[in-house]
Amino acid sequence: MNTQSNTYTFLYAAIMVVIVAAVLSFTSLTLKDRQNMNKEIEKKQNILKAVNVTSTPANAVELFDKYIVEAIIVNSEGEVKSNDKAETFKVDLKHENKKDLSKRKLPVFVFNDTKVGKKLIIPVRGKGMWGPIWGFISMESDRKTIYGATFDHKGETPGLGAEISKPEFQKPFTGKQIFDESGVFTSLKLVKGTASNNPHAFDAVSGGTVTSKGLEAMLQDNLSSYEKFLKSSK
Amino acid sequence: MMSDKEPLFSAKNRKLLTNPLGSDNPITIQVLGICSALAVTAKLEPAIVMSISVMAVLALANVIVSLLRNTIPSRIRIIVQLVIVAALVILVDQILKAFAYDVSKQLSVFVGLIITNCIIMGRLEAFALGNKPWPAFLDGIGNAAGYGIILVIVAFFRELLGSGTLYGFKVIPQAFYDMGYQNNGLMILPPMALITVGIIIWVQRSRNKSLIES
Repeated sequence: MNTQSNTYTFLYAAIMVVIVAAVLSFTSLTLKDRQNMNKEIEKKQNILKAVNVTSTPANAVELFDKYIVEAIIVNSEGEVKSNDKAETFKVDLKHENKKDLSKRKLPVFVFNDTKVGKKLIIPVRGKGMWGPIWGFISMESDRKTIYGATFDHKGETPGLGAEISKPEFQKPFTGKQIFDESGVFTSLKLVKGTASNNPHAFDAVSGGTVTSKGLEAMLQDNLSSYEKFLKSSK
Repeated sequence: MMSDKEPLFSAKNRKLLTNPLGSDNPITIQVLGICSALAVTAKLEPAIVMSISVMAVLALANVIVSLLRNTIPSRIRIIVQLVIVAALVILVDQILKAFAYDVSKQLSVFVGLIITNCIIMGRLEAFALGNKPWPAFLDGIGNAAGYGIILVIVAFFRELLGSGTLYGFKVIPQAFYDMGYQNNGLMILPPMALITVGIIIWVQRSRNKSLIES
């Protein structure tokens, strides 16, 4: 057969692409369930990490069921819309953040442990340098002090922006205040190296300016929609 | 006819495995794959994982291209090779995500980088297109190992001098830091990877004069 003819070349390319596409979609379909399960477990681990509970993929589900006693969906007016745990867990911030503020479903996970007491966990999601960044912020029961924070990213530069997923970056968030002394919502401001004695600011990652700014915007955008909920005393 | 058949590990085939480790190294002699050698060598762990992934993809791609070598229309051979490599990389990524989620998270961007690794296209073009599957397989393993060796050497020095750790474990005792020793931050940055590769090339050529171009 003449492997140089136009017909052969076109046919070859067409058949090759169809075969490759079939193989890839088959793999994607067969592995989808496992991959989604891994993602759910990871999300549960991240929620637990925001309240300083370390878990392994094997015990994450069990610990999540034990410690997360309640999960609710609120709206921007602070009204509780649902208290179904499974439904709250499924809320996808990627879609919610695109909606108008008044229509957003805002998930809150309630953690309770006899030793450390009750904490509220709020998911956040925003843009880094190369892709999405996200995380979970846990609040003390006074509803203005941060108890713990965890952040993760899709593809920030290792050693620079990717440092936001390291404990050294996340630890200093404990004790920060997102409301100022007179009770006005301030979120946390990005500063250069002076955040340790300022309860309303956090330090930037050196070499990761775009990621740090994205993180500042993410906290501002997401936490502000919870303002009324956090202020409503309960 | 059996006597015509070459043994699996004949002298010629063994050379395919061993040459890329030294006198025909893809990084120091062929100067391929430099870009990823700079990107993933700040720490030992990603360097090792990257080497293993490249080995899997290169060996498989070499075998597949070698099996198809008589059917591939030469005008679109680069596209065909690219599709095969890209498909393999996506497969590896999907399988890792399903069965080794932690590893896949660590690799994140590196898996995609395998597609752009010039060693892979270079070996497909230079070797797999003109050789039988078994030698092509050995060539793939050999070249990936040669690539891996350099990555590990570079990562060893960069992690040791740049972070004071090896494979994540602290090896430089605290007493050194107390006496004023400091990690060299420059070692973490890509330029030092290039300089380290340069030093390796220098050492190799001064030990083996036949490698020096006239």
